[in-house]
Amino acid sequence: MREVAIAGVGMTKFGISEKSNLEMFAEAGLEAIEGSGVEPKDIEALFFGNCLGPFEEGQAHMAPFAASELGLPMSAPATRFEAACATSTVAFRHAAYLVGAGVYDIVLVGGTERAAAMGTSLATRTFAMGAQSKYESPAGLTFPGVFAMAAHMYAKKYNIPLEELKRCMAEVAVKNHYNGSLNPKAHFQKEITVDTVLNGMMVADPLQLFDCCPFSDGASAVVVAEANKVGDLVKQPIYVAGMGQASAGALYLQKDLTRVRARETSIRHAYDEAGVGPEDIDVCELHDCFTIAEILAIESFGFYDFGKGYDAALIGETGLKGKKVINPSGGLKAKGHPIGATGTAQITEIVQQLRGECGDRQVEGAKIGLVDTLGGDFGTLCNIILRSS
Amino acid sequence: MSYTLTFSQYHEGLKEGKFLGLKCDDCGAYTFPPLGVCSNCGSSSMQVTEIEERGTIRTFTVIRVAPEGMTPPYAIVIVELEQGPWVMGNIVGLNPDQLNIDLIGRNVIMGSQPVKGDMFTREDIRVLTFHVA
Ligand SMILES: [Zn+2]
Repeated sequence: MREVAIAGVGMTKFGISEKSNLEMFAEAGLEAIEGSGVEPKDIEALFFGNCLGPFEEGQAHMAPFAASELGLPMSAPATRFEAACATSTVAFRHAAYLVGAGVYDIVLVGGTERAAAMGTSLATRTFAMGAQSKYESPAGLTFPGVFAMAAHMYAKKYNIPLEELKRCMAEVAVKNHYNGSLNPKAHFQKEITVDTVLNGMMVADPLQLFDCCPFSDGASAVVVAEANKVGDLVKQPIYVAGMGQASAGALYLQKDLTRVRARETSIRHAYDEAGVGPEDIDVCELHDCFTIAEILAIESFGFYDFGKGYDAALIGETGLKGKKVINPSGGLKAKGHPIGATGTAQITEIVQQLRGECGDRQVEGAKIGLVDTLGGDFGTLCNIILRSS
Repeated sequence: MSYTLTFSQYHEGLKEGKFLGLKCDDCGAYTFPPLGVCSNCGSSSMQVTEIEERGTIRTFTVIRVAPEGMTPPYAIVIVELEQGPWVMGNIVGLNPDQLNIDLIGRNVIMGSQPVKGDMFTREDIRVLTFHVA
């Protein structure tokens, strides 16, 4: 395999947008292309992520239209990826391996989504399509419900009073909202308190409104290329060190919801490929779709023992000044979660962290960063490890 | 290779009060609801069998913000059946507003009830239900 690197990144502000999926993607894509010192005609393929376009806008088959918006050449195949919330991370992994294999030298990867525009009830229904349609969705399963069941199981398994676990979960939200307040691209840019979380509307017991990420609109994109080429184009190439992806079936088949087995499989592959371990990760953007999700993830990565990671935010270890900085962008929780755009936006944050461009939320001296995206009800996991040298 | 127990056959069973699942010829494990192969060992050699109704609640939630077409609040549980499979369904016979974490570990009996289909599923579908034993 050839070495692969990221030349440029782009993303829209996440939040509520008047723009269409394609218009948002054009903004993010052109920003990434321009920042890479190339032109649209140089792009050899588009790996495009979108989940809900058919329901959002009556638009399926969006990839070729996205290529056309950007002026990519006809010879560049444009292909849609769909892996629920992990969509554009999965697209990135496939793009990076194809560049590594020599099929392409320079490609564009990204995603776009209009989730806020759908309204809560249709968005909740269509998000739930990421669960098994015959044996799960008919029970009225929602994604907050999935993680709510994981939270109850966590409290029971580790014998932690639910009120204590909820206070610790609230600290995850407080931390990520603080980080979001330092990110001009974040959906939410205001700080909250533990009381904000604990006084919120109940969404799925025990998860309250501020335990949940928002429905957001947004797009993101990155230019991936053969490493020597990136070295010729930009001052600071960010290298792809290792990747992992794993798949699992319906939630009920996974039994112990405190252990996301697909993540444990995916991260092991990514660590092995990168030749690094948990102690080497300086900064991490992970899938905090719900507060409990961040707790499960930091345990899967080996940052904490199982059952011991729940108070990491409370004691400040995962904050911007902590020993393991988690979600400096604000995470899905505050930066927002336009599902098809989430993965390449996480990659965008890690690239900017490793380049030292993040201003007030910069993790000093970060050299190795981890991206983690979860799709569906624990069905798809994808991890990307990036390094600055 | 033909699919041993389809959703349609499983669903007809639910309508008749039967819980049709699969017993593996190779390892003896039960797979319920059906899959293409044994959920324990991956064997495709399985026989259709009736699954017993008894199980234990392993986790739950009460949905208060529901998908379009559903009326909250309602409770979802994951249950470990005595014969081994873990399944998902709804709690019936208890007030969703009075559930707490002590529900985990309670013994339950499995049933099923119809849920109205929507424009995406096109047809009504039966969902597993559980009441406290
Ligand atoms: Zn078997």
